[in-house]
Amino acid sequence: MAQAVAAAMQPASTATPHDEHKEHPIKLYLVVWAWLFVLSTFSYLVDYFHVQGYLRWTLICLFMLLKAGLIVAVFMHMAWERLTLIYAILMPPIAVMIFVWIMAIESDYTHWLRALFFATGM
Amino acid sequence: MTETTATAGQPQKLLPGMAGFVADWSSDQRAFKNTSWGKAMMWIFLLSDTFIFSCFLISYMTVRASTILPWPNTSEVFALNIGGEEIPLILIAIMTFVLISSSGTMAMAVNYGYRHDRKKTAILMLATAAFGATFVGMQAFEWTKLITEGVRPWGNPWGAPQFGSTFFMITGFHGTHVTIGVIFLLIIARKVWRGDFETGRPGFFTSRKGRYENVEIMGLYWHFVDLVWVFIFAFFYLW
Repeated sequence: MAQAVAAAMQPASTATPHDEHKEHPIKLYLVVWAWLFVLSTFSYLVDYFHVQGYLRWTLICLFMLLKAGLIVAVFMHMAWERLTLIYAILMPPIAVMIFVWIMAIESDYTHWLRALFFATGM
Repeated sequence: MTETTATAGQPQKLLPGMAGFVADWSSDQRAFKNTSWGKAMMWIFLLSDTFIFSCFLISYMTVRASTILPWPNTSEVFALNIGGEEIPLILIAIMTFVLISSSGTMAMAVNYGYRHDRKKTAILMLATAAFGATFVGMQAFEWTKLITEGVRPWGNPWGAPQFGSTFFMITGFHGTHVTIGVIFLLIIARKVWRGDFETGRPGFFTSRKGRYENVEIMGLYWHFVDLVWVFIFAFFYLW
C-alpha cells in the first residue's frame, strides 16, 4: 500500500539512480556489522594483551584502516558511487597525510630542542 | 558526449570508469551526474569535517611527540573496576561496540527506507538514536570520572598536561557531533513515521518536499561520526 502510494507520488523524472540501493540484501549489512565487531575486538585485544612496539602500531593501524574501509565502502555506499565522487572525497585527505608528515618532523625537532635545553633543568 | 544536466525523463548516458571520471569533471555545469545535490553537499561537508578532526588529531600527535614528560597510560586511565578487578580500557571498548551497533542499525534503516518500509525505517532510526544517546551518556560518565580524578585541560596527576587538553577537545567535539546526530535522527525518524516522504509534506525549515534519500543522507552523517570514532579509538586510546 505504502509502496503503491510512493510510486504514484513519484514522477519518473525524480526517481533517482540511488533507488538501486534497495536491492542490497540486509544480510550484507549484518555481515559488515559482524566484521566491525570482530575487528574492534581484535583492536581491544592488542591493548588487553599488552602488545608493544612496532607490532602494536602496525596492528592498530591495520584494524583501523579495515574498519574505516568497510564503513566508507559499504555503510556509506561509496563502493557503488561513480569515480567522480569517490575521487572528489578520497583524494583531498592525501593533503592531510602530507600535513601529518610535516608535523611529525616538526614535533621531532621540538622534542629534540626540549630534551637538549629543558630535560635537566625542570 | 555526456549530458550537462540531468534531463527529465531520459536516463543519462554515463561513461564508466576512468573515462567517465574525466568526462564528468570536464563537462559543463555539474560534475556529480547521478548524485543529488543533497548527497553531494553532505559528502563535501563530511570532507570539511574530516579536515577539522584531522587537525585535532595532528595537534594531538604533535604535542604528544614533542613533550618530554611521560604521556599518561590510557590503558590504566580508562580502566574500570568491575567485580574487584581493574579491566583496562573496558568502557571505551563498550562505547566502540555501541557506536558500531548504531551504524549497523542505521545502514539497515537506509535500506528499508529505499523499500519504503516506513515502520521498520523509523524503528531502526530510533534504535540508532538510542545507541547514540547511550554513547553520549557513557562519555559523560567518562568525563565525570576523569574530572573527579583531577584531569583538567591544563594538567593531570599522571604526566604531560597536554593529555587533558587534547582529550577534552577531541572527545568533546566528537560527542557534540553524536549529540547533533541524535537530534537529527529523531527529526528524520518522525518524518518517516508520519509518511512525509510519501505525502510530500514540506519540511519545516526548507519548505521543500523530502525523499527517502534524506534517510541515506542522514545515514552518511551518522556513519561519519562512527568513522571518526574509529580513528580516535586507534590514535588516542590505543596508541
